[in-house]
Amino acid sequence: MATDNLLAELLDRGVSRRDFLKFCGGMAAVLGLSSSYVPKIAHALETKKKPILVWIECQSCTGDTEALLRATKPTVSELILDVLSLDYSETIMAAAGKQAEKSLADVLKNQKGKYFAAVEGSIPLAENGAYCCVAGRSSVDIVREVCGSALATFAMGTCATFGGIPKAHPNPTGAVGVRDAVPGATVINLAGCPVNAENITAAIVYYLTFGVLPAVDALGRPLFAFGKRIHDNCERRSHFDAGQYVRQWGDEGHRLGWCLYYMGCKGPEAYQNCPTVKYNERTSWPVQSGHGCIACAAPNFWDEMTPFYRRLPQPYGITVETTADKVGLVVTSATVGGILVHTIARLLRRKKKPKEEAKAQPKTEWKGPQWHG
Amino acid sequence: MARIVVDPVTRIEGHLRIEAKVENGKVVDAWSSSTMFRGIEIVLKDRDPRDAWLFCQRICGVCTTVHALASVRAVEDALGMTIPDNARIMRNIIAAVQYVQDHVIHFYHLHGLDWIDIVSALKADPAKTASIAQSLSDWPNSGASFFAMVQKRVKDLVDTGQLGPFANGYWGHPAYKLPPEVNLLGVAHYLEALDWQRGIVKVHALLGSKNPHLQTYLVGGIARPVDPGSQNAVNADAIALMTQAARQAIDFVSKVYIPDLLAIASYYKDWASYGSGVGNYMTYGEFPRDNRSNTDNLQLPKGIILGKDLMKIMPVDQKKIAEQVTHSWYDYKEGDEKGKHPWEGETNPKYTGPKPPYDHLDTQAKYSWLKTPRYEEMSMEVGPLARVLVAYASGHKRAKEVVDMVLGKLKVDAGALFSTLGRVAARGIETLIIAEMIPGFINELVGTIKKGDYRICQVEKWEPGTWPKEAKGYGFHDAPRGALGHWVGIKNGRIANYQAVVPSTWNLSPRDAKGTRGPVEASLIGTPVADPEKPLEILRTVHSFDPCMACAVHVTDVRGRPITVVKGA
Repeated sequence: MATDNLLAELLDRGVSRRDFLKFCGGMAAVLGLSSSYVPKIAHALETKKKPILVWIECQSCTGDTEALLRATKPTVSELILDVLSLDYSETIMAAAGKQAEKSLADVLKNQKGKYFAAVEGSIPLAENGAYCCVAGRSSVDIVREVCGSALATFAMGTCATFGGIPKAHPNPTGAVGVRDAVPGATVINLAGCPVNAENITAAIVYYLTFGVLPAVDALGRPLFAFGKRIHDNCERRSHFDAGQYVRQWGDEGHRLGWCLYYMGCKGPEAYQNCPTVKYNERTSWPVQSGHGCIACAAPNFWDEMTPFYRRLPQPYGITVETTADKVGLVVTSATVGGILVHTIARLLRRKKKPKEEAKAQPKTEWKGPQWHG
Repeated sequence: MARIVVDPVTRIEGHLRIEAKVENGKVVDAWSSSTMFRGIEIVLKDRDPRDAWLFCQRICGVCTTVHALASVRAVEDALGMTIPDNARIMRNIIAAVQYVQDHVIHFYHLHGLDWIDIVSALKADPAKTASIAQSLSDWPNSGASFFAMVQKRVKDLVDTGQLGPFANGYWGHPAYKLPPEVNLLGVAHYLEALDWQRGIVKVHALLGSKNPHLQTYLVGGIARPVDPGSQNAVNADAIALMTQAARQAIDFVSKVYIPDLLAIASYYKDWASYGSGVGNYMTYGEFPRDNRSNTDNLQLPKGIILGKDLMKIMPVDQKKIAEQVTHSWYDYKEGDEKGKHPWEGETNPKYTGPKPPYDHLDTQAKYSWLKTPRYEEMSMEVGPLARVLVAYASGHKRAKEVVDMVLGKLKVDAGALFSTLGRVAARGIETLIIAEMIPGFINELVGTIKKGDYRICQVEKWEPGTWPKEAKGYGFHDAPRGALGHWVGIKNGRIANYQAVVPSTWNLSPRDAKGTRGPVEASLIGTPVADPEKPLEILRTVHSFDPCMACAVHVTDVRGRPITVVKGA
């Protein structure tokens, strides 16, 4: 007989209850929950029916789907066969053309308000949406319908959350993220370029466990993944504090894992759980490998964090260390610290008020990368 | 006469639309259209050329690493840089791993379901599947209980009525020819490969910090330090992990992928007579043995084959490449008929297609966001088949052995390579050849470390103050999907123009000024279509090229006139 919950299926396939609880423990760790939550997660996964997920690709590079393929807890084969019913994904689904359209239409017709949507890639608004069409329909038309009647939408990666690289100056196609394309939809912003597979599965498991969507910051990013500053969790922080910096690629400091601040690392202005969760089964993350962070989960990072190899500006009268301390204080005292710090840092850097983020229109006032320093 | 539209073409990267005219059960004409555009090259204007690779890598997340590599090579060529040995070797390892992971994913997850009928696998006798598997190789997961477990997993899925990604497939289509037992073998390895691929890309995390979208390339080298005495650099531990991953890669490819390829292909030998295409093949070659920019000293050779003539290999001259826009949604100021070399190109995206939603494109006019690249005005196929043919024809020892082994086992001659089936076989053949190269690369890296050479970047030319006022260069990388070239112009330390001419642009281009079809359009001619409502056969030939549409659509020349952004919808 068919089963409709994860534990029953896993037990059926010879996975022990012990392994299952280990998986739940791993999830709790990603979500930043204490071990007392493990039974709750386990209970949720044992009893919940498989939710339907439709994964829409717009102006994407498919890097977020590829990230999904790297998922380990659960693995992608468990995700697509056991945990979720992935009813639409252009990259993975067997059906094509008319039959693929039918798969999507069936969900929209029969599961209104009950399914989850994932969107990958930005949505172009210019030229009536003709810069991205699927089956003759513009992507803006598709996401408005799909996200409009979804239980919730996961915006996967920085293009879907904030517009990402297509929105970078001069935004040739009028690209925006899901929140701007579908005002009023419930959207969880899983930023990152691409999104970390661990954060995809953690967000899904969060909902299955608690029956609600995760708490988010002012930019719609879950706090469990984006609540802390990279710099504060960085394995090289002690070298920063000790004044031990990499000064040239391959120098002694670089080989010994010193701080990459002078090589342009954007960790002091970036919010994500890379230092703790890492990538590819916790093998590494950019700073561990020797390259600075590019703040890929930040809105407009392609414009505001470039040139990538130019160090973050050191505001007049404030040393790097004291800035870092102040920044750290703000972060620990407020969940919206990220936004405040970002704004403060930018104010200090530019000595002018940042313009409010443009919505559908490209930022015409922006004249190219900032060549500060 | 029926006009078939396949949109979305799924199990590819990106957004592709195929329109085909079918008469008497065969395709008589076809049009390939890309329906998505971002304009990354426009975005690159005025940026720091050292940042370009991070932008370019986002051209594609499936072909992650490939645009990064082509980009750093182009900028290094422009600035006259010579990278150190360690950087070249680590880049070779990263590229080789990308080939292996990408091709395995393509065979099982993007292309496999065109040949493997999942529903038929439910009728299989797992014991018989086990004996087939054991006759093919000594891969350990080959017992009857293993296949019975896979079968039960699929049955449970079918019983729920929630087929998820397998819903509405063409199951039961008359073009599926595998017996249930071989279908079950394919399904089992579909799932096994899905888990396996996570392991091999850990090499990318070891050297490149993460996958997708690695983050350790540098113009002039690589940001991954090398030092056996440090825990923060490539050391003995990293070498051991990579060596293990390489062994596992060779194991999986030689014991699962290649045997499956041969087993499945033996039921589809009729596909050696479909999908031949334009008959011209081009590869830029790959895996440099020395550090000169765009060196010809390559492990897989560079070259061009014209008109399927394996007796003659022509050299590749980048100056002979030009892109046309006769049938693409762009304008050229001096008229759309004449092609432009990437250094001289211009870009004016101009959508003239139907306003969405639409049912059909006007294929007499402009019908794609892809440009039409041509080599001396000739349409060129790029990718695994081009690489394998050029290697085979130029006497590459291992290529000759593996190609002859595959032809021998399938009992076909070399002419069978010019086909849909040949393309599928070539991808497997080169995966084995390239996987076998990885241990050699790792040994080379051990060699430089032993010598005490820890250099990873040509730092003398890192600062823009050391650069010429104006420079231009190009970088080639023969990526898994084929010949990839980036062209860059640099002025006063910033990008003045940038262009990528990409494998899928070569393969999926619309018609050129003379009306000549692109390779995919040409290869669809003559493809049988048993049921126009379920054009499985069209997918087989299109997928044999492994299209990557995000890669393929790009914009030339950032010096083009300012783009008018139409107000939001």
